[in-house]
Amino acid sequence: MKVIVPVKRVPDTAGEKKLDPNDRTVDRDGVESVLCPVNEFSIEEAVRLKEKHGAEVTVLLIGPDSAQPIVRKALSYGLDAAVQVTDDAISGSDALGTARVIAKALESMEWDLVVFGNQSADARTCLVPAAVGELLGVPSLTFARYLEVNGDEVVVHREHEEGWDVVSAQLPALVSVVEAINEPRYPSFKGIMAAKSKPLTVKSLADIGVDDGAVGLGAASATMYEFEPRPPKSAGTIVDDDGSGAAAAQLADWMAEKKFV
Amino acid sequence: MHTLPEEQRHLLELVQGFARTEVAPRADAFERASTFPRELFDQLGRMDLTGLPFPEEQGGSALPFRTYLLVLEELSRAFLALGLGLSVHTLATWGIDTFGTPEQRRRFVPDLVAGRLLGAYALSEPDAGSDAAAMSTRARRDGDGYRLDGVKAWVTHGGVADRYLVMARTGEAGARGISAFVVDADQPGLTVAPPESKLGMWASPTAQLVFEDAAVPADRLLGGEEGLGFRIAMASLDGGRLGIAACAVGLAQAALDVATTYARQREQFGRPIIEHQGVAFLLADMATRTEASRAVMLSVADRRDHAAGIGPYAGRDDAGTGYPITAPAAMAKLFATDATMQTTLDAVQVLGGAGYTTDHPAERYLREAKVLQIVEGTNQIQRLVIGRALARG
Ligand SMILES: Cc1cc2nc3c(=O)[nH]c(=O)nc-3n(C[C@H](O)[C@H](O)[C@H](O)COP(=O)(O)OP(=O)(O)OC[C@H]3O[C@@H](n4cnc5c(N)ncnc54)[C@H](O)[C@@H]3O)c2cc1C
Repeated sequence: MKVIVPVKRVPDTAGEKKLDPNDRTVDRDGVESVLCPVNEFSIEEAVRLKEKHGAEVTVLLIGPDSAQPIVRKALSYGLDAAVQVTDDAISGSDALGTARVIAKALESMEWDLVVFGNQSADARTCLVPAAVGELLGVPSLTFARYLEVNGDEVVVHREHEEGWDVVSAQLPALVSVVEAINEPRYPSFKGIMAAKSKPLTVKSLADIGVDDGAVGLGAASATMYEFEPRPPKSAGTIVDDDGSGAAAAQLADWMAEKKFV
Repeated sequence: MHTLPEEQRHLLELVQGFARTEVAPRADAFERASTFPRELFDQLGRMDLTGLPFPEEQGGSALPFRTYLLVLEELSRAFLALGLGLSVHTLATWGIDTFGTPEQRRRFVPDLVAGRLLGAYALSEPDAGSDAAAMSTRARRDGDGYRLDGVKAWVTHGGVADRYLVMARTGEAGARGISAFVVDADQPGLTVAPPESKLGMWASPTAQLVFEDAAVPADRLLGGEEGLGFRIAMASLDGGRLGIAACAVGLAQAALDVATTYARQREQFGRPIIEHQGVAFLLADMATRTEASRAVMLSVADRRDHAAGIGPYAGRDDAGTGYPITAPAAMAKLFATDATMQTTLDAVQVLGGAGYTTDHPAERYLREAKVLQIVEGTNQIQRLVIGRALARG
């Protein structure tokens, strides 16, 4: 079985996120970039498929040269190879543009199953996996909190507000996983060292047959015209408890007003 | 050849992340429950951290002792019972790997290196502590094997380990009559006494092993020869004592971290207490002792590493370590553990009343530091070892 795990580079989730005033995209200067934390779950799931079915797992990353450490980080969990699509024209792509690049990249590779994170920790649109499925005409089983492969069938438990549905599809298929699906392991020391010499193929948009005009900021379906920094926190209201019970009533009213209760 | 600095950096990043997020937050709970953190040890195994200084053919990473000690320091900084646990595990594994026959090395070592099994080291006895060569546990030759009778005392991981390196007497009185055996936890005739109730390090069980007519096959006689046991035990302790020094440095660093953070925040007489010279000087001395301890530990480790491979000391032999580091290792252990005792004591002082409560870890560090002056040879015995080396010239 051949499995592909698309991964994303995101600004450190603990750091402060900023937009670049020039092109109004995420400002990556001065913020540390990390492997998207949601990918730790999709990678763990792929590693389990490797352990259980001997799957051959390839990492796919769309991003500039400077994202290479993120590819190596993903490989350090014991994955086999990586493909990185790098092209200046990709910068500023929206979810659909990104999905186009991923879909074309996937068309250029061999696979039975693609395991996405259900969303990225920076954009959080949850759109890309389903969009890729549509573009490729392949079933996409999203929001999986459980995944299993039996022969040429993939079964997932698809999470929703009231519980989950059991959904299955024939391979080839796409899956996106939620964080409840597993407990990601730490990479091993030998995995980290081995990641340096795992094969990494770099491709351009031309290599995978994507027209520059179909992606990037220019092709995005929404345009951001303006943004403002979040206003500083206001002082808040202090409720004094004089022992009469008035404070509790005041708190309850406030929570009702804010629709917390 | 390894590209060492980069490898070491990746390794330490991995360990620091693990220690900070998985180990440190759970240390207190394991201590209070007096439970050995086996799942954390298992995780070290899965991360390839239980075999760092061992050869690649045994599943290890063949890394310098220096690097291994830096990892021990980080783990001990987060949780001494885990750091010291890895040190003791390595002590036992090293003895078996270094002195085992090729067949014994293949059979007993890889599971220890991979962290699938937990190792322990049984030298001390109730009546033979500092004078370990006076041990009375006997291994009588009996047909194809040996029968072990006697009590080993103070065994770290006693009752939770899977594989013990056990020293027992096969011959005459004194050091030359001692042999080493590899004994597994399911050995018939071996029972483990209830763990000792201790001042600290409650998550690290310490217990007696009781041997009653335990039939140990001859292929578990380490090195395949009688009489090597004391030499094996002592050579293993050279590395073991560097390990204890690393535990001490990690513990001191933890105490220094807590004290410094507190002193920057706590205000008295209108300013942070670190701005009172009496407190700042206490912290300065703590930091200096810790840095000096680390330097001694690493310098002795480097001599050991050079001896094992390249460098000015190549080719000099001392029981498999390549360079006589017995006295230098004793110095590192002595210096670092005495320094850490003082540093953890001072950390409590910096925190004042808060330091005396269990709301802060300073009191735990103080209780834990004491054991490092006792294990793997008391600090009097380290001085004795150093003194004898000086006397020999
Ligand atoms: C928590 C813990 C874990 C341990 N883990 C292990 C283990 O895993 N394996 C193992 O084999 N042992 C282990 N030990 C045992 C430890 O190594 C011994 O406690 C130590 O060697 C001292 O022996 P003793 O306790 O019998 O003290 P004693 O030898 O009775 O010493 C008592 C005092 O006399 C001093 N003394 C003795 N002889 C001399 C001398 N010649 N000159 C000056 N002073 C002297 C000592 O320094 C000490 O202060 C552990 C001990 C503890 C407390």
